[in-house]
Amino acid sequence: MKLSCDIAVKPLSRVEGHGNIHIRIKNGALEEASWEVVETPRFFEAMLVGKHWENAPYICGRICGICSIGHTLASIRAVENGFAIEPSSQTAALRLLLKHMETLQSHVLHLAFLVAPDFLGTGSVLPLTKSHPEAVQRALRLKLLANDACDLIGGRRMHPTRTVVGGFTMLPDKAQLDLLLRRLRAAAPDLAATAELFASFTIPDFVRETEFVSLKGETDYPFIGGALMSSDGVERPEAGYLAMTNEYCTPASTAKWAKLSRPSFAVGALARCNNNFHLLHPTARAVAESFGLAPVCHNPFMTNIAQLVECVHVMADAARLIEELLDRSFTEPRQPVQSRAGLGVGAVEVPRGILYHAYEFDDAGRILHADCVIPTGQNHANILHDLEALARSWAAAGTPDLEIERLACMLVRAYDPCISCSVH
Amino acid sequence: MRGQLSYLGVELARPRVAFFELTSCEGCQLQILNNEASLLDFLSLVEVVNFREAMTERHDDYDVAFVEGSVSRADEADRLRAIRANAKILVALGSCACFGGVNQLKNRFRDLDWVKREVYGDFPIITQEVLPLSAVVDVDLCIYGCPIRKEEVEKIVTNLVLGKAISHPRYPVCMECQASQNICLFDLGEPCLGPVTRAGCNAWCPSNRRGCWGCRGPADDANLAQLEKIMAERGVSAEAMLDRLECFGGFATQADLLRSAAADGRKP
Repeated sequence: MKLSCDIAVKPLSRVEGHGNIHIRIKNGALEEASWEVVETPRFFEAMLVGKHWENAPYICGRICGICSIGHTLASIRAVENGFAIEPSSQTAALRLLLKHMETLQSHVLHLAFLVAPDFLGTGSVLPLTKSHPEAVQRALRLKLLANDACDLIGGRRMHPTRTVVGGFTMLPDKAQLDLLLRRLRAAAPDLAATAELFASFTIPDFVRETEFVSLKGETDYPFIGGALMSSDGVERPEAGYLAMTNEYCTPASTAKWAKLSRPSFAVGALARCNNNFHLLHPTARAVAESFGLAPVCHNPFMTNIAQLVECVHVMADAARLIEELLDRSFTEPRQPVQSRAGLGVGAVEVPRGILYHAYEFDDAGRILHADCVIPTGQNHANILHDLEALARSWAAAGTPDLEIERLACMLVRAYDPCISCSVH
Repeated sequence: MRGQLSYLGVELARPRVAFFELTSCEGCQLQILNNEASLLDFLSLVEVVNFREAMTERHDDYDVAFVEGSVSRADEADRLRAIRANAKILVALGSCACFGGVNQLKNRFRDLDWVKREVYGDFPIITQEVLPLSAVVDVDLCIYGCPIRKEEVEKIVTNLVLGKAISHPRYPVCMECQASQNICLFDLGEPCLGPVTRAGCNAWCPSNRRGCWGCRGPADDANLAQLEKIMAERGVSAEAMLDRLECFGGFATQADLLRSAAADGRKP
């Protein structure tokens, strides 16, 4: 039995941004388990000060390369809430469709390119192009479909061009929307086969009770705006987000961390599934049940499965949205914007969890103060506490070094951290 | 694996390439993974030896280094110098690497202590004025854009592999926009830097009815005085023009001039 080890992963690969893992075990006892966030901060909240409101979504989308659409939509929502603008039902449907397609592309990227190599014993997706060419091609097709859809609705898959306060600069062509609907339907077998591949993997068995924070759905599985909730029973309106986040600085991190009822909480696909399971599309719920995913699931590795379940949900719901959009005559893409002084908060469920943007405006619609609370920032403390719990059990069990390193990396990857985003 | 490809009967060596990121959103690297339809063909052109966002294996023996992001901390300048020492060719990938990108927007306050306090309060945090790569090391090639355009990267990398010349359009985005027969955004009341920004993006934003914000920096012989005149004639405020010119750092000189001319109390 191995009783001592000193493992440093610096920096962790196959995640967005720079984070380090350090685990030290001596004579069967855990001496240190750390999750260090070393990314350089960019100071987006300062950049916005003095800027006119129209800058906010354009600049803030650039907080993140992976979830730029989510940041843009959260920023737009914060501005619109600040100015008491209610988006039209057409704008709301198009934004949700765009959001769904970002969720699909981000989850597929994570599952197939970043996570699958761990379960198949490779260091990247590259060897899988030889050993599992069909699985890789399937993932590429799904990602292409989702990205093409983002191009169609948002104008561009990354740092979208058409999304503005008040609506869109341009609307998608209906013939292209119809084609997208047919492509979505044709892609169902690709997603089913991806689910089969994941069903062949052994998800590490680890449970640590925590609190899950997400939007609270009323009639639909929630993505854009609405009340906030935690699995420990806390509920707040969207504008009361600060009561949910309680950010603080910590020496091991250039990102701010967060807490609520316990020392840490989790956001993301697993939190959304846990808190809104009954609102998932029936086909998505069936996939969840086939993996034994039922609320409240406290195994962080099941975040991967929750992402898979959400892929099924967003594909089904995207088809519904397109059918509705095709059935109606399009109206003006953009409504006029009248600024006013005050505070605007936007909460949006982006792939990695709930994201908040909040801006305080002066009379001229210029930003006096900005605050962005990032999903990965909210997850950092929970990642650390999971790592500590896991490392303690490894120390007791005498797990070999390489296995500890592999599982520790897999644990952090399961959260799909977007580290540069968290250090915006 | 080498020698599998040939061009005009000449066998090609696949260059060993590495990807790195400094202060950035990592979106430009993601754009490379976003080339789904041609990703595998593209990867067959080169041998990727270092790409932390996508793979665990890493080596420091590479010919071409693609560096995304700008420099905003001393350790990043050190990393960049080490990359420069290893690489035969160093490519600045995207607006942050070429000009400082959106990150350099914090430079406009000229007061880093205020910037730090605004975000972190009294918590100690290390940062410095944001710099483009070229302020720290020699850069062999710039790939412009926020984000970079995948078709353009593929063309540039293919030319690198084939040993062909690489050149950027000298003309502005406006030319590409007119060639696409778009409605002029000025006619729709939308300010646009298309007349002065370097082309190569195929008028990506204007084609989506979003004015150009100049992410690719100035075209050769960009006529800023004329642009200022157009903006004034169209009733665009100096503030809106400055917002666009200062956004990505490519027009930093002109933005500084406008800012000092305005001095309209927008600074905190």
